[in-house]
Amino acid sequence: MSRQQGPKGPGGRRPLNPQDLKNIGENSKKTIKRLLGLLRPYRARLGLVFLCILISAGAGILGSMFTRILIDDHITPLIGQADPDFSGLIKALATMGCIYLAGMLSTFIYNRLMVTVSQGTMKGVRDQLFDHMQTLPIGYFDSNTHGDLMSRYTNDTDTLQQMLSQSIPQLMNSGITIIGVLCAMVYTSPLLTILMLLTVWPMMKVSGFVAGNSSKYFSQYQEALGDANGYIEEMINGQKVVNVFCYEGRAKQRFDGKNEALRKNCSDAHVYSNILMPILANLAHVQYVLLAIVGGIMAIKGVGGMKIGVLASFLQLSKSFNMPINQLSQQLNSIVMALAGAERIFDLMDQPSEIDQGKVVLVNAVKKGDTLEETDRRTGVWAWKKPDGELVEVKGEVRLTDVDFGYVPEKTVLHDVTLYAKPGQKIAFVGSTGAGKTTITNLINRFYEIQDGVITYDGIDVRDIKKDDLRHSLGMVLQEVNLFTGTVRDNIRYGNLEATDEEVERAAKLANAHEFIMRLPKGYDTMLEGDGSGLSQGQRQLLSIARAACEDAPVMILDEATSSIDTRTESIVQSGMDKLMSGRTVFVIAHRLSTVQNSNAIMVLEKGRIIERGDHDDLIAARGKYYTLYTGLQA
Amino acid sequence: MIRTLAKSIREYKRDSILTPLFMMGEVILEVFITYMLADLIDLGVNAGDVGYTVRRGMLLIGCAALSLLCGALSGRFGAVASTGFARNLRQDMYYNVQTFSFENIDKFSTAGLITRLTTDVVNVQHAYMMLIRIAVRSPLMLLFSLIMAFRINPRIATVFLCATPVLAGGIYLIMSHAHPVFERVFHTYDKLNAVVQENLRGIRVVKAFVREDHEKEKFTNVSGSIFRDMSRAQKTIAFNMPLMQACMYTCILLASWLGANMIVSDTMTTGQLMSILTYAGGILTSLMMLSMVFMMMVISRASAERIAEVLNEKTAIRNPEEPLYEVRDGSIEFKDVAFRYGEGRNCLNDISLRIESGETIGIIGGTGSGKTSLVQLIPRLYDAGEGSVLVGGRDVREYDLDTLRNAVSMVLQKNELFSGTVAENLRWGNEEATLEEMRRVCRVAQADGFISALPDGYDSEVEQGGANFSGGQKQRLCIARALLKKPKILILDDSTSAVDTATDASIRSAFRSEMPEVTKLIIAQRISSVQDADRIIVMDNGRIADFGTHDELMERCSIYIEVYESQQKGGDFDE
Repeated sequence: MSRQQGPKGPGGRRPLNPQDLKNIGENSKKTIKRLLGLLRPYRARLGLVFLCILISAGAGILGSMFTRILIDDHITPLIGQADPDFSGLIKALATMGCIYLAGMLSTFIYNRLMVTVSQGTMKGVRDQLFDHMQTLPIGYFDSNTHGDLMSRYTNDTDTLQQMLSQSIPQLMNSGITIIGVLCAMVYTSPLLTILMLLTVWPMMKVSGFVAGNSSKYFSQYQEALGDANGYIEEMINGQKVVNVFCYEGRAKQRFDGKNEALRKNCSDAHVYSNILMPILANLAHVQYVLLAIVGGIMAIKGVGGMKIGVLASFLQLSKSFNMPINQLSQQLNSIVMALAGAERIFDLMDQPSEIDQGKVVLVNAVKKGDTLEETDRRTGVWAWKKPDGELVEVKGEVRLTDVDFGYVPEKTVLHDVTLYAKPGQKIAFVGSTGAGKTTITNLINRFYEIQDGVITYDGIDVRDIKKDDLRHSLGMVLQEVNLFTGTVRDNIRYGNLEATDEEVERAAKLANAHEFIMRLPKGYDTMLEGDGSGLSQGQRQLLSIARAACEDAPVMILDEATSSIDTRTESIVQSGMDKLMSGRTVFVIAHRLSTVQNSNAIMVLEKGRIIERGDHDDLIAARGKYYTLYTGLQA
Repeated sequence: MIRTLAKSIREYKRDSILTPLFMMGEVILEVFITYMLADLIDLGVNAGDVGYTVRRGMLLIGCAALSLLCGALSGRFGAVASTGFARNLRQDMYYNVQTFSFENIDKFSTAGLITRLTTDVVNVQHAYMMLIRIAVRSPLMLLFSLIMAFRINPRIATVFLCATPVLAGGIYLIMSHAHPVFERVFHTYDKLNAVVQENLRGIRVVKAFVREDHEKEKFTNVSGSIFRDMSRAQKTIAFNMPLMQACMYTCILLASWLGANMIVSDTMTTGQLMSILTYAGGILTSLMMLSMVFMMMVISRASAERIAEVLNEKTAIRNPEEPLYEVRDGSIEFKDVAFRYGEGRNCLNDISLRIESGETIGIIGGTGSGKTSLVQLIPRLYDAGEGSVLVGGRDVREYDLDTLRNAVSMVLQKNELFSGTVAENLRWGNEEATLEEMRRVCRVAQADGFISALPDGYDSEVEQGGANFSGGQKQRLCIARALLKKPKILILDDSTSAVDTATDASIRSAFRSEMPEVTKLIIAQRISSVQDADRIIVMDNGRIADFGTHDELMERCSIYIEVYESQQKGGDFDE
């Protein structure tokens, strides 16, 4: 991730669409409830926050009434006195000073408290999100784009944070102020209050209309932004192809269209949000003047017992009333956005985790004659421990019996797969893309759950084995190498945290990776970043082999790489693979002739079925599919 | 930098000037309204003068309407100006990127260019809107409010004047404490994103090696450090509000005390005291706003600088003064060519060779031996550092770029398909190609079969990056696309690596029978892909190790023999 993206994250933001807005209405109650649940640990703090906001808002309300009281009670009586006594005034000022001080302190305290509440909650949300994501089945990652999942950690949490740290306190503050001022207004003059509320209604209407338009255009703007950014991303990624094909002119044309649409939507959205403030401020002025005129006439004509002094204080109050209403209308949009974000976060948290009901665990063992005994130290001998305490030595015998599988229940992609590998045997899968080679290997380690049939490991149904232990007993080298940020050593040790430095080095030597690692600037302590971007394709493959060697599992699943690396590196990778395979049960998705030739059995797959099986010589003699693949004569 | 960016304002100059003008009108009217409101109460309501109250009231409503108009217009023009400016920036950058050579693209990296065109532009757009609206409004408000306060009572106004630097200094202190922490948090956010991204990409590895707990721990560490830093920064920021309140409340209390004395000694009216306190609010709020504008400017400066870099970048490869518009034939000649990327080591040395029009040439050699660098000089994707490259008997630098690149069709190692239909992708090669033409080239590239088998045939959708096609299919589509240009020279840079051996052979035999007049350069890892070529170039360490037919090379070139033998042994068993 590049630095520029800052807290906003990558462009994976999915724009809000009208359907989202509708759903928000339906689900918001549930979402709000869950959000409150997240805040539960901070109950005490939030109570204190509420109290502080109460004091702070109260100080504000008193402040807006203070000047009038000061003038009426403490200044006017002194006018014209020969020897005015200022002690009353000083006392009033001192009292007000204390109230102000209390208000300030409360503001400070609640602001600080909210930091802990909002940041703590955000940390909780992020950690929960990530923890839960780790438990999700592979299928979930297949059906959701990385950009979409990423945006839950970036945009969605950001809007949520915005809401927690700003909108909520603002909401409380505005609410308390509005209620407080309203009470003061009713107390001052119920008649004027009614009059005032009558004028508030059209103001709300107008601001609601403008805000509604604004948020409508904002969601259109988000969509246009996503569209334009998507186009930019795609074209810039392919800029070299654009150059080669002299496509610049056409690329500009399409860009212009999207860019103009973006400008238009963005402009509309901002026009509405920009004019909201002047509208509200000036309507407030109009309201003030209307109140002054009507109230003034009433006072002068003596209607409804109106007094000039009362009117003046009421007018002062009306100013304090409009401010929080404006603030509330501004917060509304961000709350809607945050709820949508929260919903997407909860959606991920609600995804069902991988099923793991296995009770058989993997333990270290020592052989004493014919019997096995469990031990805590690493012995190199592993055993399955059944719930009843029985120990079975891990040998690496894997059997698939009548296995059916589909990524979605309606569409079976593997049919009646039956095969076995005795300890130390090498089974090769060959067949065209999409024949189901990778799928079979993904069933053995339970990346996906089979629909029918049974898979056993040393005679135990894999579903009875604890998932973590099952996977520990299966080494994997995937076709696409993924490395992690950390040192070379960390990466090799990835599958076996207890490996000593010597063991790491031994694994690297076995994988033929030692030599190039020693040539790196800091050897085994060289930092790898960005998926090992500094390494060549071949070197990355060697590390991936070393990683599997370090894990040292009795059964290996290998996916030979097809990507083009030069011949010399390839032969080094190949010999590393060969050493890794020796003495283990191996399932290999084969692309190389030598691998296939050395296998005990070859499974030829087509459309999810095993159509031929046997060793190299058998299959050549059979003159079937394998024969055509081998001779490469197929048209 | 500012001058570079300002060039992109163009047709939005008028809006950019009108915005602050109307903003100024709004501020003046607002200050005026505040002033008149005091009069309304003092001389109208308090004096019991209904006529005056109504007259003044109507005038005020008129002013409010005018102020609303000004405010709305300023808002509108501001939105139009800033979004228009952003559009122009995006367009200017994008257009300039279109002129970029490979060298320029390498310099910025694609990710860098994308960020500049997306996030950075949005940042600058927001900053620009702030600049022409809030950055005008706040100082004006501050100034006018101070002037009005001074007009009412200079002594009390002096109190406000003293409070301003205190607040400004306080805000500065808070910001300068918080800013570095925020900067650091931005970096930590990147780290958090990196952890998530890494996990998404490598989820199979994480699960296969049972490292969920370890990954959780890694994540918790990063999220913990975000928690700590963000808390620290925001706790510092939490001083802002109380500070503002402290200044405000002190001003009110002091003004009340001074005002009371003056009222008692009859040098001030109660109405004046009321309105001067209103101005105090205006002064301090504008100061707060100003500090926000300042923050925004600081944050967006980095974005503006990055945009300026792209705008100022000049393409490394340019059309000649009087370009040639015709390529005579497909012959290629290298004369003493040397080449290097940027400031690095030479990756091509002493290259001299001649290829006749219509020949098929294989190129073979290890990673980093200079195969790709060699062929990229032919369509002038890079310019040779020394020596010259000739196509059709003329130096490539004499041709019009489009003419040259249309005559030299190259399939890049990193193939890119774009979202759209198959036909749309193919038409990159020739906008006017008919379905029949497309089918013809697809037959040559052995792609017609699988395209026709798709439910929508040539109108089938291609996902971004061609994600819904296999590696081999993508490569064949890319070859077909390149053929549609009807080139004189065709270059395949390792473009059949994911295609099985049999199909690979069919493609080459179709090349021979369908387009014998085209010069074909084929870079490959597999000897089988090049051994039937007319001649084969063996590259080693940036030099031509040998150049000859398969049989010649098998006799004299040790590198070639070594590669050949290793592949015979290992063999290939693809699909």
